[in-house]
Amino acid sequence: MGLQGFLLVSAVLFGIGMFGFLARRNAILMLISIELMLNAVNLSLVAFNAYAYYTPDDNGAVFALLVMAVAAAEATVGLALVIAIIRTRQTPEVDEYADLKE
Amino acid sequence: MMVCFGSLAGMYALLGAPIVAAAQVLIYLGAISVLILFAIMLTQAGDANLPSPFHRQVPLAILAALVVVGLIGWAVVQTDWGNATVVLAVALDDLAAALFTDYALPFEILSMLLLAAIIGAIYLARRPEDDEKVN
Repeated sequence: MGLQGFLLVSAVLFGIGMFGFLARRNAILMLISIELMLNAVNLSLVAFNAYAYYTPDDNGAVFALLVMAVAAAEATVGLALVIAIIRTRQTPEVDEYADLKE
Repeated sequence: MMVCFGSLAGMYALLGAPIVAAAQVLIYLGAISVLILFAIMLTQAGDANLPSPFHRQVPLAILAALVVVGLIGWAVVQTDWGNATVVLAVALDDLAAALFTDYALPFEILSMLLLAAIIGAIYLARRPEDDEKVN
């Protein structure tokens, strides 16, 4: 499996995450889909780093690690927000959060 | 989801980035999965009349996802990647040196971001009546 294979896997993962984010109604599952998309981008970053042929530089893994830490922070705050809003609204369904519409 | 995160860790190891694979196992399999499991446990009310898990815009979502995957896949297949066949293993000491010299500022900013995220998460997830108990 070459660089193309890894990039295609990354693209498919991103597509699955995008579908899940757009189509799911549960806020927690939408957050999981966001994590999936971040993972897909991370995979393509590491793949590009591994197959770097212009300059054999080792820095790509740094970006992957930074993205991972940011994803952890995002998951923490996102889940805290979701739990807070579920506590007040008693439902995880995002369709019910329509107060600003009215 | 956990199977997906675990196989991604395997792919990072295949790509010669064992430290990223280890971080993937620690952060995603260890931390984020447990966090999501806790959130699901805390929020499942157990109501019987569960509606469909999918939104009514499923066809649009499928279309958008397929278009994005198709575009990326087309670009990947069309591009001439040259002789990009050599897997370079990331040396751990080089990575650490890069992280703490060239990327020291992003590293410090990241630590501030994580601190802010922790404080924000505690503030958001706290029940309001806990304040009254403390006072």
